[in-house]
Amino acid sequence: MESPLPLQSLRVGGAELLFDGVKEHQVTLPSQSEPWDMKQLLVWIQRNLLKERPELFVQGDSVRPGILVLINDADWELMGELEYQLQDQDNVVFISTLHGG
Amino acid sequence: MPVQCSSCGERRAMLKRPKTGHSLCKECFFWAFEEEVHQTIVAAQLFKPGETVGIGASGGKDSTVLAHVMKVLNERYNYGLKLILISVDEGITGYRDDSLETVKRNQQQYDLPLKIVSYEELYGWTMDAIVKQVGLKNNCTFCGVFRRQALDRGALMLKVDKICTGHNADDVAETVLMNVLRGDIARLRRCTAISTASEGEGVVPRCKPLKYAYEKEIVLYAYFKKLDYFSTECIYSPNAYRGYARTFLKDLESVRPSTIMDIIHSGENLSVREGVKMPVQGTCSRCGYISSQALCKSCVLLEGLNRGLPKLGIGKHHRLHDKILTKQPLTEAEERKLRKSVDF
Repeated sequence: MESPLPLQSLRVGGAELLFDGVKEHQVTLPSQSEPWDMKQLLVWIQRNLLKERPELFVQGDSVRPGILVLINDADWELMGELEYQLQDQDNVVFISTLHGG
Repeated sequence: MPVQCSSCGERRAMLKRPKTGHSLCKECFFWAFEEEVHQTIVAAQLFKPGETVGIGASGGKDSTVLAHVMKVLNERYNYGLKLILISVDEGITGYRDDSLETVKRNQQQYDLPLKIVSYEELYGWTMDAIVKQVGLKNNCTFCGVFRRQALDRGALMLKVDKICTGHNADDVAETVLMNVLRGDIARLRRCTAISTASEGEGVVPRCKPLKYAYEKEIVLYAYFKKLDYFSTECIYSPNAYRGYARTFLKDLESVRPSTIMDIIHSGENLSVREGVKMPVQGTCSRCGYISSQALCKSCVLLEGLNRGLPKLGIGKHHRLHDKILTKQPLTEAEERKLRKSVDF
C-alpha cells in the first residue's frame, strides 16, 4: 500500500472557470495499492475538482487537445504523458489555449 | 528518465516542439523561437529602418509574446523601429478592464508607449451596452468589426507606419478553415498573406510576425519567460461556429502536429480561377473606411444600433444602404424584419 501523495501544487491556467474560478489547488492524493500516474490523476480531478462542463477539460482518458500539460515545468510529452508516475511534491500545471489570446 | 536537449546536448529538455519534433531546453528554445520570428520578418521584409510600428496589444498571450519578441529583436538586430503598444477597450466589464491592466503593466515592463482607444469614444457604444441590445448571439460580429477599425483609428492617431498583430499559426490555419467552411473566397485568398499593403486611406498596413509560430510554443515561451499575460475567456462567450473549427483543428493537431503548417501551406498556394466574382474594394461613403459596399460594415452595424434595428448589419441588406445614406425612412415591413433578434 502506497502512502498518500501530496503534490506541491496543481494549477489550471485559462481553464479556472471550470474549477469554480480557482486557479491553484492544494492536492493530496489518497493512498492506493499502486503508484499514482497521470491517467489516474485526470480521473481524480474529474471526480473531485472539476465543477462544470468536464468535456471542456477531458476527452477520452486524456486532456482535451489544446490543453498543455507541464510536470515540474517540463512538457508532459517528454515525460510519458498519461503513464508518468507522480512523485511526492510534483508540480502539475494545465494551460488551456482553447480560447483567444 | 530526463531527456537531454537535442540542440546543446547539455541541459535537460523542457519541451517537445510541435513544429520540428525536437526536444529542447529553455535556452535553446528561446533562441530558436526568436530566430524563427526574425527569419519570418527578414524573409518577408516586414519592416524598414526608421518606421514606427504599432503592436496590437490585448494583454493576452499572443500579443504579449509579440511585444516581448519585437522588443528583443529590434534591439538584437538593430531593426531601427519605434515600437508603440495600441490597445482597444471594447468596454467589457470584468474582462477587458482586467486585461488592460495587464497591458499597462507590459507598458512599464517593456518600456514602450501605450495608446488605448475605446469603443465608447469611437462609436458611442460599449460592448456591454451592445450586448444589452443585441443579446449574446451576434455580439462577436459587432466586436470583431469594430475592433478592426478601432485599431486602424488608433494607428492613424499615432501616425504609425504599420500595425503588427499577434496572430499565430493556429489562428491562420483556423481562419483558412473558417473561410472554406463559409465559402468566403475573397477572404480565403487573402487570409494567409503575412502582410497587407495599405488598402486605402484610413487603413494602415498590417502584418503577422508570429504567422508561423505554433500556439503551443507561444504559450510555453510566455510561461517559461514568466511573461505577465491575461488568460481568461471573454465573458460574452466565444463564437460558436469558430469554436467547432478550433476544436476540429486541435483534434487533428494532436494526431499530427504538422496539420497546422499544412493547412497554411494549402491556403498560401490556392489560386482562385478566373471569373469568380470578387467584391470590389471601395470606400465607405459615410466614414471613408475601406468597404466593398456603399456603407462599411461598421457604419451599418452602428446605424442598426442607433436606430434600434440590430439586424441591419447582420446578414445581407445592401439594398438598404442607399436608403440609409439618403436618410429615407424604412418601410414598416423592413423595420419589422430588422428588429427581431436573429439566430444563425
